[in-house]
Amino acid sequence: MESSLSQHGSKLVRRRTGPGRRRWLWLAAAPLLLFLVLPLLALLLRLEWAGFAANARSLVVVQALALSITTSLLATALAVAFGLPLAFVLARVQFRGRIVVDTLIDLPMVLPPSVAGIALLMAFGRRGLVGAPLADLGITISFTQLAVVLAQCFVAAPYFVKAAAAGFAAVDRELEHAAALDGAGRPQVFRLITVPLAWQALFSGAVMTWARALGEFGATIIFAGNLPGRTQTMPLAIYLGFERDLDVALTLAVILLAISFGVLALVKGLLKQRVGVA
Amino acid sequence: MRRTQVGLLAAILVVALNACTVGPAAPGASLTIFAAASLSDAFEEIAVAFAAANDGVTINYNFGGSQQLAAQLNEGAPADVFASANSSQMRVVLEGGRVISGTEHAFAYNRLVVVVPHDNPAKISTLHDLARPGVRLLLADRAVPVGQYSLDFLAKASVRPSFGTTYSASVLRNVVSYEDNVRAVLTKVALGEGDAGIVYTTDAALEAERIARIDIPDELNTVASYPIAPIADSANPELAQAFIDFVLAPAGQAILVKYGFIDVREAREAGFSGGGFVRMAS
Repeated sequence: MESSLSQHGSKLVRRRTGPGRRRWLWLAAAPLLLFLVLPLLALLLRLEWAGFAANARSLVVVQALALSITTSLLATALAVAFGLPLAFVLARVQFRGRIVVDTLIDLPMVLPPSVAGIALLMAFGRRGLVGAPLADLGITISFTQLAVVLAQCFVAAPYFVKAAAAGFAAVDRELEHAAALDGAGRPQVFRLITVPLAWQALFSGAVMTWARALGEFGATIIFAGNLPGRTQTMPLAIYLGFERDLDVALTLAVILLAISFGVLALVKGLLKQRVGVA
Repeated sequence: MRRTQVGLLAAILVVALNACTVGPAAPGASLTIFAAASLSDAFEEIAVAFAAANDGVTINYNFGGSQQLAAQLNEGAPADVFASANSSQMRVVLEGGRVISGTEHAFAYNRLVVVVPHDNPAKISTLHDLARPGVRLLLADRAVPVGQYSLDFLAKASVRPSFGTTYSASVLRNVVSYEDNVRAVLTKVALGEGDAGIVYTTDAALEAERIARIDIPDELNTVASYPIAPIADSANPELAQAFIDFVLAPAGQAILVKYGFIDVREAREAGFSGGGFVRMAS
């Protein structure tokens, strides 16, 4: 009853304002939409499609693509595995300095990636805080694939943690209490009640983390360096391609765009809603 | 990278200041100069001297890899002067139509040197040691002039019996990263992340306290020539030419020498500028 009333009401409103008002709204919305889409369109128009297939099969492209996909998935897996408990703490545990911790987790998202790269080098580099003792044990991280994964995880994990924390906070505690009363232990409640209820937030957070990891550039080139086949991910290959061979750079850029668009659109379709950072 | 940011900040400040300065001395006169990263320190000092001699003209620098600057220029970036670290990137801009053929001049020369961290963790004392397995070597990417010169050095050494034909391949197996900028190579070696790197002598001069040098003999080395030219569509062609003249004049040349460059006169006397070792557009 109530819903049919409100539907009726909204129809009335629409009729009263007419299509003219809609047009003005679109006009106001269009400039930013155009601005966001235009550069991507220019990229597509500039690409020499004739050479696309050959460029897409070139060694530098294939290596960068394979490396980007494996490292970004690994970074996402790390972010999810270690992000779940952190997000749960943020959502459920009241402690002093919670705002400070929450803000610290925001930092990698807002820092310039170059700062992230230098910071990682200072921590995990061969002369770094943690890196120096590791180097004494014969373990060096900089200029390896592990460095690529760490760089991606550093800048991208906060997206998952923030989304997961919001998801956990939104779960109805009554349901958890009910399950606990029925004799479920804490891990069981978490696994069978909390995670399934927060699933959408967890999933979209993981996708955002993956997308951010895939695009990571600044921290990677500083901390992991640039070696084709080992640490040269798609964004690095695109950057150096811009200086060396624009066609290869454009090809890589279009592939990266297609992958990102495809995955994000697919996920939104699955979730039937906008994937947000939440 | 820091320099570029400082430059950018300066550029923003200059634009803001110019908007409100009204003075008799060339109001709002400013030059935008695209210069190779290896020139940054010398050119910062030249800017100060040039401004002092020209009624406080403001100079906005965009320092970067020459190939990056050339790409930006050919994509239409507004600029007044281009100073490249090699003639081939100058030629790229010539072909792009942003510089008119014949207006470019070689104004400085530079050569390569191997650098290692001062504590030399890989114990590198000769050029041969670069081929030893396990050395973490940093090179500039071959898109950057110094990266190409580094490969040239390895190729030249490989045809010498004292190094052997496998020298280049063995050294290249040790490369852990091809950096997009010569200063990145220098910084990472100075930080001890790399065991060795190949940079310009002028770069090495900047980190004298944190690195040690191993010279590359002239016959294996590439003496890089730095060409400078006005941008054809400069909004301020006279001032652009005045800057170039200043760089070529004794005052400008003295500053370049101070930062480790070989000046035009010395190059001429050594026979660099007449061809020989000089890397011309090939």
